[in-house]
Amino acid sequence: MKKIFEKAAHAVLFASSTVSIITVLLIILFLFREGLGLFGQKPIEDGQVLLVNKSNPVNNLTSDELKNIFDQEYTNWKTVGGSNDSILLFRIDDIFNYYTEDELAGVDTNMQLLNEKVSELVGKQTGMVAFIPEKQLVLNDKVKTIEVEPVTVSGFFGGELWFPTSQPSAQFGILPLLLGTLWVSLLAILIALPFGLATAVYMAEIARPSVRNMLKPVVELLSGIPSVVYGFFGLIVIVPLVQQLFNLPVGETGLAGSIVLAIMALPTIITVAEDSIRNTPRSMKEASLALGATHWQTIYRVIIPYASSGITAAVILGIGRAIGETMAVLMVTGNAAIIPHTILQPMRTIPATIAAELGEAAKGGMHYKALFALGCILFLITLLVNITVEFISGGKRIKR
Amino acid sequence: MKTKNISEFIAFNIFRLLSLIIVLVLVAILSFIVVRGAKVINWEFLTAMPKEGMTQGGIFPAIVGTICLVGGSMLFAFPLGVLSGIYLNEYMRASWFKRFMKLMTNNLAGVPSIVFGLFGMSLFVNTLGFGDSILAGSLTLGLLSLPVIIRTTEEALKSIDNTYREGSYALGATKLQTIRRVVLPMAYPNIITGFILSVGRVSGETAPILFTVAAYFLPKLPSGIFDQVMALPYHLYVITTSGTDVEASRGMAYGTALVLIMMVLILNITATIVRKKLNKKLKVN
Repeated sequence: MKKIFEKAAHAVLFASSTVSIITVLLIILFLFREGLGLFGQKPIEDGQVLLVNKSNPVNNLTSDELKNIFDQEYTNWKTVGGSNDSILLFRIDDIFNYYTEDELAGVDTNMQLLNEKVSELVGKQTGMVAFIPEKQLVLNDKVKTIEVEPVTVSGFFGGELWFPTSQPSAQFGILPLLLGTLWVSLLAILIALPFGLATAVYMAEIARPSVRNMLKPVVELLSGIPSVVYGFFGLIVIVPLVQQLFNLPVGETGLAGSIVLAIMALPTIITVAEDSIRNTPRSMKEASLALGATHWQTIYRVIIPYASSGITAAVILGIGRAIGETMAVLMVTGNAAIIPHTILQPMRTIPATIAAELGEAAKGGMHYKALFALGCILFLITLLVNITVEFISGGKRIKR
Repeated sequence: MKTKNISEFIAFNIFRLLSLIIVLVLVAILSFIVVRGAKVINWEFLTAMPKEGMTQGGIFPAIVGTICLVGGSMLFAFPLGVLSGIYLNEYMRASWFKRFMKLMTNNLAGVPSIVFGLFGMSLFVNTLGFGDSILAGSLTLGLLSLPVIIRTTEEALKSIDNTYREGSYALGATKLQTIRRVVLPMAYPNIITGFILSVGRVSGETAPILFTVAAYFLPKLPSGIFDQVMALPYHLYVITTSGTDVEASRGMAYGTALVLIMMVLILNITATIVRKKLNKKLKVN
């Protein structure tokens, strides 16, 4: 009887940990399956094609070129390697500019007729490029379609434009988001570091137990406050403050985000750093004091060097916390997806982008997949942070 | 000798000052929200439906929604997390697989909450077809706290000296009996503390519920697990950034923020008290 219970308990425990393991793996699987689906896809809206005259030597375009063509930045086919013809844009509504109403009689009811007219028109105009739905396509011997080059890894990481919903070709360059994330979180750590380390040293070495017992709940509370409350506080207090202080048109800037993030990263930095300072062997401290060093000399000559790996771990974990923070940043940084030049302009981070755009992205579409790819990047950053911390503090932890 | 003391004096006071600033920051945030929020909170605010484009009325559905989500997520994550923690610490032998598991749970505990939102949307809402529902939201939030609960349990078990286990075995107890009668009672305070802190974290999370459950405005209570609900943190986000009239709903926002902070405050204090009480009881016995 006893044995059966033992076996059953073992089975239940094993099953639950298997479920946990499977969910962990599922998260990775789903994230990367959706995210990697982005690459190799053509960044043109589903079911749409580009139609040109057959005499046009251009056969494929990158999404950048396509955007410039439709923004009328490029006006001649020569720019994209074609013949010397000026570019003539055509969208389906433009049909009335080329045909009179009489010629178009009946197209309201007969789509086939409209499609033939479009192809006929493109066949006549050598520099025309038409952006039309694929199902309306009627090919004749004077027209052909242009291919759009698929999204590549280098285009994704190096692209300077993030216009995931622009027409006809979406732009998936995450450089502005990456830089925005880095600027905001690195500045946050720079702000948080002096406060965090000073408090850690103060709590571990200098403060009386009664003061320490008062500081500990303060740190715990700081880490317990929900991020949306920080965002709210930042929006109402810090954003106007930044705006007035630097005399800016808008206060929602990278700096406001950094300040809020600095407060949010403090608990992580303090807890981890204090822990490692506390773990300095008593004998080392006592040896230093016995040699005549003052308490302060002991702290910065003995304790801090000994705890340096733990302090580094604290900083890295703080950066990780700052990079992944979503709601507070979304509320205070202004969310402009442009490459930042100063910290005093609106910025957009990777998590904020996901939170702001996933609601609008069509399920399974390019935009949706691009946001999952951003999620993969966040996951990989966390993995990197954790592996680094493990590596740095690995040796020390055994001694504990 | 003198310069040494002067530098110590300066350094220590700088440290003291910087620590004091952190305390002041917390006091500033709390008092800012408490003072303004206290004016708004009354019985009606807590028990009425929102009215007039969420600028009047109360936040009752958001409170109910948050309670549903916290309850649902813990129902799923707590037993699973504790059982997994016990298995990992008490049964599993050291191997590369255990190390890998540890790295993965550690990593998952640090993964940004928005990534859980992405996953929850992909698996629960779309693939399994739960739609935006309490079920999908609870499972997503549960996953978020699962690694934390596993880790707390493991750490609570690890802190128990092996001599207790050996003593129990020596008396002829089986492994299960040892875990049930000796190990778990000792680890209990820390596991419960971890549970309470997880509740605090889950109740304040916004990013994971954005796309799995949260409703912008839904002035009725849920009737089943496939209903959408409003939730406190999302409600605060909505009325501060994209409400119908952001200025007019400021008061509501202060009130909601205060309710959120009070929840976290109460949970934190409870956790501390529970830990102290239970630990004391263990020592007496």
